[in-house]
Amino acid sequence: MTLELRGVRKDYGGVEVLHGVDLVGHPGEVLAVVGANGAGKSTLIKILSGAQPMSAGEMLMDGATVDLRSPHDAHARGIRTVYQELSIVPGLSVTENLLMGNFPRRRGLIDWAAAHARAQELLDGIGFGAIDPRTLAGRLSVARQQMVEIAKALVAEPRVLVLDEPSAVLAGSDLEALFALVRRLRERGVLVVYVSHRLAEVMELATSIVVMKDGRVIERTEPARTSETELIGLMAGRRLEQVYPERRARPGDVRLSVHGLSRRGEFEDVSFELRAGEIVGLFGLVGSGRSELARCVFGAEPATSGRVQVSGGEVRFRAPSDAIAAGLALVTEDRKRTGLVGGMSVLDNIGLTTMYGMRRGPLIDAARRRERVGEMIDRLSIQPEGCASMRVANLSGGNQQKAVLAKWLLAEPRVLILDEPTRGVDMSTRIAIYRMIDDLARGGLAVLLVSSDLTEVLGATDRILVMNQGRVTGELRSDRTTEDEILAHAIGRAA
Amino acid sequence: MTGQLTEPALTPTEPRRLPRLVLAGRDITVATAFVALIALLVVVAALTAETFLTPTNLTNLLKQMVTTGLLSFGMLVVILTGGIDLSVGSIVAFSGILTAGLVSGLPIPVAMAVGVVSGIGFGLINGALIARFELAPFVVTLAALTTIRGLAFVYSEVPIAPEDPGFFTLGSATLGPVPVSTLVMLAVFAVGGVFLTRTPPGRSIVAIGGNAETVRLAGINVRRHVVLAYTISGACAGLAGVVLASRVGIAQPSVGVAFELDAIAACVIGGASLAGGRGSVRATFGGVLVLVLINNLLNLYGVQSFWQQVLKGLIIIAVILVQRTNRVRS
Repeated sequence: MTLELRGVRKDYGGVEVLHGVDLVGHPGEVLAVVGANGAGKSTLIKILSGAQPMSAGEMLMDGATVDLRSPHDAHARGIRTVYQELSIVPGLSVTENLLMGNFPRRRGLIDWAAAHARAQELLDGIGFGAIDPRTLAGRLSVARQQMVEIAKALVAEPRVLVLDEPSAVLAGSDLEALFALVRRLRERGVLVVYVSHRLAEVMELATSIVVMKDGRVIERTEPARTSETELIGLMAGRRLEQVYPERRARPGDVRLSVHGLSRRGEFEDVSFELRAGEIVGLFGLVGSGRSELARCVFGAEPATSGRVQVSGGEVRFRAPSDAIAAGLALVTEDRKRTGLVGGMSVLDNIGLTTMYGMRRGPLIDAARRRERVGEMIDRLSIQPEGCASMRVANLSGGNQQKAVLAKWLLAEPRVLILDEPTRGVDMSTRIAIYRMIDDLARGGLAVLLVSSDLTEVLGATDRILVMNQGRVTGELRSDRTTEDEILAHAIGRAA
Repeated sequence: MTGQLTEPALTPTEPRRLPRLVLAGRDITVATAFVALIALLVVVAALTAETFLTPTNLTNLLKQMVTTGLLSFGMLVVILTGGIDLSVGSIVAFSGILTAGLVSGLPIPVAMAVGVVSGIGFGLINGALIARFELAPFVVTLAALTTIRGLAFVYSEVPIAPEDPGFFTLGSATLGPVPVSTLVMLAVFAVGGVFLTRTPPGRSIVAIGGNAETVRLAGINVRRHVVLAYTISGACAGLAGVVLASRVGIAQPSVGVAFELDAIAACVIGGASLAGGRGSVRATFGGVLVLVLINNLLNLYGVQSFWQQVLKGLIIIAVILVQRTNRVRS
């Protein structure tokens, strides 16, 4: 089926993130969509899958206009989407996840033997026969869960399959099974929309490549007519230098040092140092353990073994409060779930960490708090004007992120850990955040920037630690490395 | 009314069914409807029941709202954390009968203090079990409901009626026309309002109900605050038990059955979310007024108590539906 987007625009609360996207995909095509974080890929996927309505423009299928109002509409028209986030139910068997209620029955009861056989058939048919349909989905590795997710989308025999970073958690034979599947779907005349960071596999799999940048499609090409280097250049654009402030690191004394830190099942034997005035990147793909490491250093989860020192002194954090007392701050990757209390005001949120320290008698010193929070709002220019008493959930994504930053800056940390601080944030806020981090580092703060965004980790840091499967596999100088080299370490294939 | 009752203005995604009232930039539609409902109840009562406006009935009304009021404030604190406390009715019975039993041997204020402390103790245990072992609040306090009720009967199977007239003072004395017990309850609401809106532990409790993980990562001890919330609820229930026994003049181990439900209802009528993080002290007080007025009115009409229960249930549903319809979704 031919799928076409014409002049698709999308804005979130007045901020336009897609500025008129045109896109055509034909049956039997693997249409790769590449772009830096924030280029608009995720928004595009949401529109294709019916999860978000477009603000303007139209979508045509085989020449006829369609109006997707929900994922259900998209399903009905043969469009299935596999997201990065897993949606399978861990407590149910693979069979139940796949058939989702469409069980074969005998005398009104579920015929389990037939159901498992049917699931096995489905898995065999797409080359995922290595998965046992009787297993509880939650017992499978993340990679296998991802494969079940893909299988689930294929049960309905879609005509358009949208894959969002399908390979991020796959390796080895699982990855090859995925590639073989995509090729087979292509032969069957399915249109596969393939969104990926990994340019090498895009070059290998795609029949055409669409490059997105800042909410626009800036190039449509084919693997035979381009190269990875050219794609990177297109994705990053010349604006790269303007986005990231010029860094000239002058590292001071050691603020944070981590020795042989391990947490069972998440990361192993991690050691690194962080100096005052330094911005160190921590890069890794999904499942590399980067966020888990950040949380553990901050005392949010206990370590299995290893030591942490702050400014040379041994510390043992039993809770985040200990880490905060030692001068650490952690801006988590998911501001909704772990960064903000959505129902409370901006003032309450920014003042959360410091409220116990701002007391007059038993009460919060309201005047002082209002003043300090107000200063922070001005300094980070959190919009709209006079937002202190607004519910933080009503701010835009970028301003919410600034509010999380403000909360931690108010605590005047000596070590700032930022986990994906620019995820889902518009470009102007990104730039503001990079400037802010740079300023803070110049002021002597030690910053650990955890990120899965290659250009960000390369552009905004002085030094980069790369993680793969729970281990630090490389330490690189930002001014002397390339995206390819970082990626090679991240997938464990560095020379 | 406070910001918890009235949601900030947003672009509505569904049509509004009621016109909006705005005062000083705040949407006060729900608050106004609420005050209007209470006023309506009072006017209807005054016009249709001759005895409503008599001093005796009004004093009774003020006394009757003390138990529900105290329990509702404690319940609100727990509900704000995202929990629930089903044990408060049993605590009322236990603290009442314990105090009445102790009056013969101890000075009255001391006996009453012991009653309140028993409530604090039960709340502490509830909170500790919930916070330390991460047990479901519903299950823990359900177990506490039956355990504490049993303990009340173990302490005394028969009602205890102290003879010392000093025992009745707290429940029956008045300051001018206003019962002392009502003043005690109002004081709890006043202090409680300040606690929840202007102190670090109060804000922490509200924040925990909104997003506990964010609060934990902000360096605040979530468990300790959850324990505090249940302890406050236990303390309120303990105090309510003492006041009730003192007012009635006799403590019964069977008193207080289903009191927790009225307390929950008052919070919900006041717009509190059982998911936690949203609720206001003033609106909960309004919820208490609505419940007590309805009870009083049905009593004056001589409606049979079973029908009273039916009507109360229907009214609660109606009030919540009005709030729901009127809530602008983001």
